[in-house]
Amino acid sequence: MMAGLWRARWSAIASIAPPYVWLVLFLLLPFFLVLKISLADLKFGIPPYTSLVSFKDEVLDLTIHLRGYILLFSDSLYIDTYLNSLKIAAITTLCCAVIGYPMAYYIVRSRPSVRHLLLLAVILPFWTSLLLRVYAWVGILRNDGVLNNMLMYIGVISAPLEIYRTDIAVYIGLVYAYLPFFILPLYANLVKMDLRLLDAAYDLGAKPWRAFLAITLPLSMPGVVAGSLLVFIPAVGEYVIPEMLGGANTLMMGRVMWNEFFTNADWPMASAVTVVMVLLLLVPLIVFQLNQQQRFEREAYR
Amino acid sequence: MGQATGHLIGLSGDAQAFVRLQDVTKIFGETVAVQSVSLAIQRAEIFALLGSSGCGKSTLLRMLAGFEPVSSGQIFLDGEDITDLAPYARPVNMMFQSYALFPHMSVQANVAFGLKQEKVPSAEIHERVYEALELVQMSPFAKRRPHQLSGGQQQRVALARSLVKRPKLLLLDEPMSALDKQIRHATQIELVRLIEQLGVTCFMVTHDQEEAMTMANRVAVMTEGQIRQTGTPQEVYAYPNSRFVAGFIGSTNLFEGIISVDQPGHIMIESEDLPRAFYVDHGVSEPLGMAVSISLRPEQIRVTRVAPTQEHNWAHGMVSHLAWMGSYALYQIRLDSGKVIEASVPSQVLATSEPPGIDDEVYVSWGHDSVTVLSS
Amino acid sequence: MAKASMSTTHQPSALGRWLALGLGFAFLYLPILTLIVFSFNDSAMMTSWAGFSFRWYEALINDQALLRAAGLSFKVALMTATAAAALGTWAGYILARKGRFKGFALYVGLVSAPLVIPEVVLGLSLLLLFVEMDALFGWPGERGLFTIWVGHTTLCMAFVAVIVQSRVRDLDRSLEEAALDLGASPLKVFFVITLPLIMPAVVSGWLLAFTLSLDDVVIASFLSGPGATLLSPEIFSRVRLGVKPEVNALATVFVLGVALFVLIVNALQRRQEAN
Repeated sequence: MMAGLWRARWSAIASIAPPYVWLVLFLLLPFFLVLKISLADLKFGIPPYTSLVSFKDEVLDLTIHLRGYILLFSDSLYIDTYLNSLKIAAITTLCCAVIGYPMAYYIVRSRPSVRHLLLLAVILPFWTSLLLRVYAWVGILRNDGVLNNMLMYIGVISAPLEIYRTDIAVYIGLVYAYLPFFILPLYANLVKMDLRLLDAAYDLGAKPWRAFLAITLPLSMPGVVAGSLLVFIPAVGEYVIPEMLGGANTLMMGRVMWNEFFTNADWPMASAVTVVMVLLLLVPLIVFQLNQQQRFEREAYR
Repeated sequence: MGQATGHLIGLSGDAQAFVRLQDVTKIFGETVAVQSVSLAIQRAEIFALLGSSGCGKSTLLRMLAGFEPVSSGQIFLDGEDITDLAPYARPVNMMFQSYALFPHMSVQANVAFGLKQEKVPSAEIHERVYEALELVQMSPFAKRRPHQLSGGQQQRVALARSLVKRPKLLLLDEPMSALDKQIRHATQIELVRLIEQLGVTCFMVTHDQEEAMTMANRVAVMTEGQIRQTGTPQEVYAYPNSRFVAGFIGSTNLFEGIISVDQPGHIMIESEDLPRAFYVDHGVSEPLGMAVSISLRPEQIRVTRVAPTQEHNWAHGMVSHLAWMGSYALYQIRLDSGKVIEASVPSQVLATSEPPGIDDEVYVSWGHDSVTVLSS
Repeated sequence: MAKASMSTTHQPSALGRWLALGLGFAFLYLPILTLIVFSFNDSAMMTSWAGFSFRWYEALINDQALLRAAGLSFKVALMTATAAAALGTWAGYILARKGRFKGFALYVGLVSAPLVIPEVVLGLSLLLLFVEMDALFGWPGERGLFTIWVGHTTLCMAFVAVIVQSRVRDLDRSLEEAALDLGASPLKVFFVITLPLIMPAVVSGWLLAFTLSLDDVVIASFLSGPGATLLSPEIFSRVRLGVKPEVNALATVFVLGVALFVLIVNALQRRQEAN
C-alpha cells in the first residue's frame, strides 16, 4: 500500500517534470546568469567578463561592478532609448488595435464558412517568413521604391517621400509584423461571445452602436488586453525591424543591446541593458502572466 | 495488518453486502460534498441514488469509479478494499452520461478497447465483442463510427462496452438524460431487462425520480451530501421518513398539526386547516402534544360534490384550477382555511359522474390509512 | 461549436465590413505581392518594370552560400519543430489538465514567457548559459547547430503549448476517463486516445515551430558559431544594405511553397473533420 502511494507520487512528478525542467534550465536559469554578468566587468579572454566571486589566500572576495547600471541611468542616450522604445511600442500597439479590432470583429460576424477562410488569410502570413515580408517593405518604402514610383507616376507627389530609414517606416514594419498577434487573441475572445446578448439589447431598444459600446466592447476587453500585451512587450525589445527600416537615430533598446554585444563586445553592458529592459517590462509582464494564469487555472479546475 | 483487521471488524448485518461504502466522505477545500455516507448494495441488485443536482451523488459515483480520491472512509467490493485503487485497476465499469464513445474508433473497436487492455487473445476478443453487440442489438453497426449513430444507438454501444468486461459493478451516470422523452420509458425497461439477464450488480445515479422508481430494486434519496432514506421504491414513496423525502418523491400535500390523541391503535392530529382532526389508524412513536407534519398524496384524495359521511379526514373547499392530464385530472382546491391542496382523480372515476369544474364547491376526503405522519 | 452564431437581427454594416477587411488584408498581402512581382523583374531595381525574366532565380540556384545556409536552416528547423512539438504538446497538456500542483503559477509563467519576451533577451541569456556551462563542465563546447536548436526549441515550444492547450481544453474529459475506466493506464490513454484526437493541433504546432525556426534571425545570431551560418541571418546581413533581387526570388519560392503547403494541409483537415 505504501509502495503503491510512493510509486504514484513519483509517477505524478515524472508526468510534469520534463517540460518544467527544460524551461527552468533554459529559461529561468539563464536569466539569473544575465543578472549576474550585468554585475561583472569587461575583460579580455574567454569568457569576456570577470567572475564575481574569487577565493585567494583564504579570502572570499565578492566584487560587484556597477559600471553598467550607472552608465545606463546617467547617460541620456540610454534613457532616451528606453523612453523611445516604450513610445514606439505604445503607438504600434494602438495602431494594431485600431486596424485589428474592426478586422477581428467583422471576421467573427461573418458566416462560418467565410469566417474560416478569413481566419486562414490572417494566419497565412504567419507561416511565411517575417524577415522576407519586412524586407518587402524596404523595396516599397525606399526613395526609389514601389510606393514612391507609384505616387509620382500618378502625379500625387513630385519628389519622393522620405519614409525609408525613418521612424515612420519602423511603425509601418512593426504594425505589419504584429497585427496578427493582436487579431488572433481578440478573435478567440469575440468568437465566444453569445450573440443573443445583442439580441436582448436590441429587444430592449438599444441602437446597434449603443449595443456595441455597452456589451461587445466591455466583453471583448480581456481579448484586447491579451492582444495588446502580445504586441507591446516584444515590440519594446525589437531588433530586426528597426534595424532594417529605421534611421540612425531610431533609438530602440533591442538595437542598443545588440550593438553593445556584437559591436562593442561588451557583454556586461549588454547584460545590464537586458536586465533594465526586463525590469521596465515587469509591470506589463506581470499583467500578462496573471491574465494567462487566470485563463489556465480556470480551465484546469473541474 | 491494520488493514486486514479493519476489514474483519467492519462486520454488521451488511457485512455480506457485495458493495459496501463505509463512512465515505469527500471534501473539496471548504465544501463537504459527501458526508460520511454508508451504503450496502447486494449482489445483482440495481441500486439507484436519487437526488437533485449538487447533492453529491455524482461525486459519490466518481469515487466508486476511482476518478475522485476518497477524503476518508472505505469502499469494499466483493470483500476487497478498493478505496485506493486506480480506476484502471478496479473491476468496475461505468457508462458515462455523454456515453464517451471514442470518436476515432469504430463501434467494434470501442467495445473491444477494454478487452485489449486486459491482454485477452484476439480470437476471444472478437467473440466477446460480437456477443456483446448481439446483446444490445447493435451487430449490424459494428463498423460504423459513433457520430453516425443516433443517441439511443450510442447508448447501447456504450452499454455493450461497459458490460463486455463482465465487471463486478456497473455504474450508470444519469443513463436516460441524453435521450428523448418518448423513448426513455421503453429504454428504461429494456436496460433493466438486460442487466437482470446478465445478473450484473448495478449502481446508478439520477435526478429523475421516475427513472429511479422504474429501474431500481432499491433507492436512496440524497441531499446536501447525506443519504436521507434508503428502501424499495414502494417503501420510500409510501413511507417517507421526512418532509424532504415526502416532497421529493412524487408530489404531496403537507399539513402541520399537533397530536391530540395518542393511543396504541390510533392517533388524532389537530390541524387548523381541517374542520375535524386527522384520524390515523396506527400508532406513532412521537408523544402526545408533539408538532408533526402530515403527508397526504394527491391520488389518495376523493373529490365529491356531496359531503362524505365519515366523521374525520375530510374538508370543504372550492376548485381553483383544473388540469386534464390525460389519464387523470389534477385538481387544485382551496380549502375553507385558505390552504390549497392538490388532488388527482383518475379519468375513469370522473367519467362516471358529472365532474366538478372550476369555481365549484367540493368536498375532499381520504381514508384512515392514507396519510403518513412525519416528525422531521 | 459556435452555438450562438447567426441569431441576431442586426447584421453589421456591409460598408464597414468591406472597408475594414479590404484595407486590412490589402495591407497584409500587398508587400508579399510586390516581392513576387519584382522577383521576375529584369532589373535589379524596384523602380520600374524592365521586362519579365528568370535571371534572379538563376542567380539563386547558383548562390552556393545561400543554398548551404538554407540547407542548414532546414535541418535545424526540422529538429526544432519535432522537439518543440513533443515538448510543447506535453507542456500544453499539463496546462490544460493538471492545474493543481504546487508551482503551477511558476510553470504558467515559464511556458508563457517566450511568447512575449523580446528575442534579444532570450538570445543573450541562452548564450551566457552555454558559455558558463562550457567554462564549468567543458560542454557544450563550441556553439553551433546544437545550441541554436536548444534556443529555437525553447522559443517554439511556448507557441505549441498554447495551441495544444486550447485543443486539449476543448476535448471531452470523459473520453479520457472512459479509457481509464476500461483498464488503460494513464500513459496508454494519452497515446491511444488523447493524442490522436488532438493531432491537428500538434501538426499546426509543428508547422508553426518549423516556420519560426526557419525565420529566426536574433537567436540564431547569438547562438551560432563558425560554420553554422543559417539562412535568415545570412539574408539579414545582405539586405541591411539594400535590396537584393535574388532574395526576392527566394522569398517568392518560399511564400508560394508555404502557401501551397498550408492550403493542402488545411483542405485535408477540413475533409477529415467532415467525416
